[in-house]
Amino acid sequence: MVRILVCVKQAIDVSQLKVDSATRRLIIADAPKKISDFDKNALEEAIRIKEKLGGEVLTVTTGPEDAKTTLREALAMGADKAYLINDSIFENSDTLATSYVLAEAIKKIGAFDIILCGEASIDSFSAQIGPRLAERLGIPLITYARKLSLEGDTVTAERGLEDCSETVRAKMPVLVTVTKEINEPRTPSYMAIMKAFKKEIVIWKAADLNIPSEKVGEAGSAVQVLDVLAPKVERKKIVIKGETAMEIAEKLAKTLIQEGIIVR
Amino acid sequence: MSEHRGVWAYSENKDLMLELLGKGSRLAGKLQTQLTAVMLGHDIKKQVKELIGYGAHKVIVVDNPQLKVFHVEPYLSALTQLTKQHKPELFLMGSTKRGKELAARLAARLNAGCVSDCLELKVDEQGRLLAERIVYGGNAIVTQVFRTKPQIVTIPRRRFEKLKYTEESKGEVVDISDVQLEVAKTEIVKVKPIEIAETRIEEAEVVIGGGRGLEKKEDFKILDELAQILGGQVGYTRPLVEDRKWFTEWVGLSGHTIKPKLYIACGISGVIQHVAGIRDSKIIAAINRDPEAPIMEMADYIVIGDLYEIVPALSEALRKLLASS
Ligand SMILES: Cc1cc2nc3c(=O)[nH]c(=O)nc-3n(C[C@H](O)[C@H](O)[C@H](O)COP(=O)(O)OP(=O)(O)OC[C@H]3O[C@@H](n4cnc5c(N)ncnc54)[C@H](O)[C@@H]3O)c2cc1C
Ligand SMILES: Nc1ncnc2c1ncn2[C@@H]1O[C@H](COP(=O)(O)O)[C@@H](O)[C@H]1O
Repeated sequence: MVRILVCVKQAIDVSQLKVDSATRRLIIADAPKKISDFDKNALEEAIRIKEKLGGEVLTVTTGPEDAKTTLREALAMGADKAYLINDSIFENSDTLATSYVLAEAIKKIGAFDIILCGEASIDSFSAQIGPRLAERLGIPLITYARKLSLEGDTVTAERGLEDCSETVRAKMPVLVTVTKEINEPRTPSYMAIMKAFKKEIVIWKAADLNIPSEKVGEAGSAVQVLDVLAPKVERKKIVIKGETAMEIAEKLAKTLIQEGIIVR
Repeated sequence: MSEHRGVWAYSENKDLMLELLGKGSRLAGKLQTQLTAVMLGHDIKKQVKELIGYGAHKVIVVDNPQLKVFHVEPYLSALTQLTKQHKPELFLMGSTKRGKELAARLAARLNAGCVSDCLELKVDEQGRLLAERIVYGGNAIVTQVFRTKPQIVTIPRRRFEKLKYTEESKGEVVDISDVQLEVAKTEIVKVKPIEIAETRIEEAEVVIGGGRGLEKKEDFKILDELAQILGGQVGYTRPLVEDRKWFTEWVGLSGHTIKPKLYIACGISGVIQHVAGIRDSKIIAAINRDPEAPIMEMADYIVIGDLYEIVPALSEALRKLLASS
């Protein structure tokens, strides 16, 4: 019996984000949201462990009220119960404040053998929440896991680093952040989606966790956003045409040489 | 807050460490303060001179057998003690996977802010540090400021230049090898090195990018041939590494960020996460049979066609032209 908690983030679907090309501002309000990609891998891994060894998979998110949809998706994939930590005072929290909220929630939810996070979230991509949580909870951490196995009270993981792949072991309780290649997340069946509506979503406000306003939101954050702008794209976009592949290739070759970027 | 002084740099990656010193010395100049290099490891004292030659005014050395192999907890406990005691205002750390974990956990222990993967760092007229990074999968650049100190940032490889080495530079060396270090909470059972290309992809002046338009692994040879002619290297999209397991490294948001003089995207759709890694290329050419592919919006020169016809023809054309010039 293993007790597993998966931290999921409701992220902006970055592939559908639109930019106002005149102002270079993002049209965030209209962008669809979804479970952050790697968090699905984390959920899938948790559910597979449960299917093999028995136990319980819980999931938690902190975010706006509509993050409930994200939690329903997690429940449809196979999580047993979900927690939404939501309060207007959490808005504009940085990773310091967000990890504080999550850590307080996790302490109240109960003890876990394994806590899973994504390697990074698709919209912020900071890769900080997992490591910060492990510190706040005082448990061992394994980042960038692309294979995970359990034996007794020990977790073994293979990590993909820049220069090597490293196999590491740690005693539970442990926090693990997973990468995309760890598994292929399932698509929930219609039945599973229907069943998810019967599962419980617990909602907690700041007061339920005794969280003071000065430790969250802008006041509780160490980093503040000054500006968000789409990068300038200034490309020539010249289409090279021709009758044959060779003709096109010759034109392109000449153009590249004229650009003076080919040094030999 | 005002008691925090000095710019610090640390990375377990040697090349990146020198790049951090390069950026750090410019920032220290602007902030009118000193640049300190932190060195952690075992039997490392010989390297102190190099760090001073590359711009460090001061080197703090923790030379300890417990630091022989990189384990997070002993490294982290050394850094935590040093920062608590000496209170830097800005700590530049390397954005390797190990470094990102280290920085986030250090920030957690110090109750500090951390900005990951900074692409640019500036000091504004008010003396504030502005940190820029990519967000929303490459759709935007965010500028962030810190409200507290120390300000911790992580910086990827090849973002900033190292300084020219100066043999005569003098600097202060502080030896704090005699510290209590935490023991590791994880045990490394196996390490399998991965083959890294001889020249790192970030260093190549020409990069030929291959995507899912490649049908078989062996077909990378036609890209490699083009790369050879141009004195460059081949890079890939993430699915060729993660899904097909053909290669070990990829270019993009979650892989390498490159800024070659020329990038030729072959059979690459140009999804935002890939584009985030090639955005700073001087010239981008795209070969793709789909005129609607997003890469068309990102390219200077566009060929709508089959890479299996165009790439070999381009190699042949370039070979001829370069031989005759
Ligand atoms: C959080 C996150 C991080 C990511 N990080 C990265 C990253 O760092 N790097 C990265 O690359 N991806 C990354 N991805 C994946 C990314 O979203 C795309 O899936 C990926 O870049 C697409 O790769 P591709 O262009 O090779 O494949 P596809 O999108 O399938 O494109 C293949 C293209 O080849 C063209 N084509 C096919 N055959 C031919 C032919 N014979 N001749 C010419 N053209 C042909 C097709 O028209 C098509 O446009 C990330 C995804 C997520 C969610
Ligand atoms: N608001 C959130 N609620 C729950 N989990 C989160 C939240 N933000 C981030 N996480 C977790 O932390 C991981 C890394 O996110 P990030 O630090 O934003 O890159 C994600 O993959 C999630 O597992």
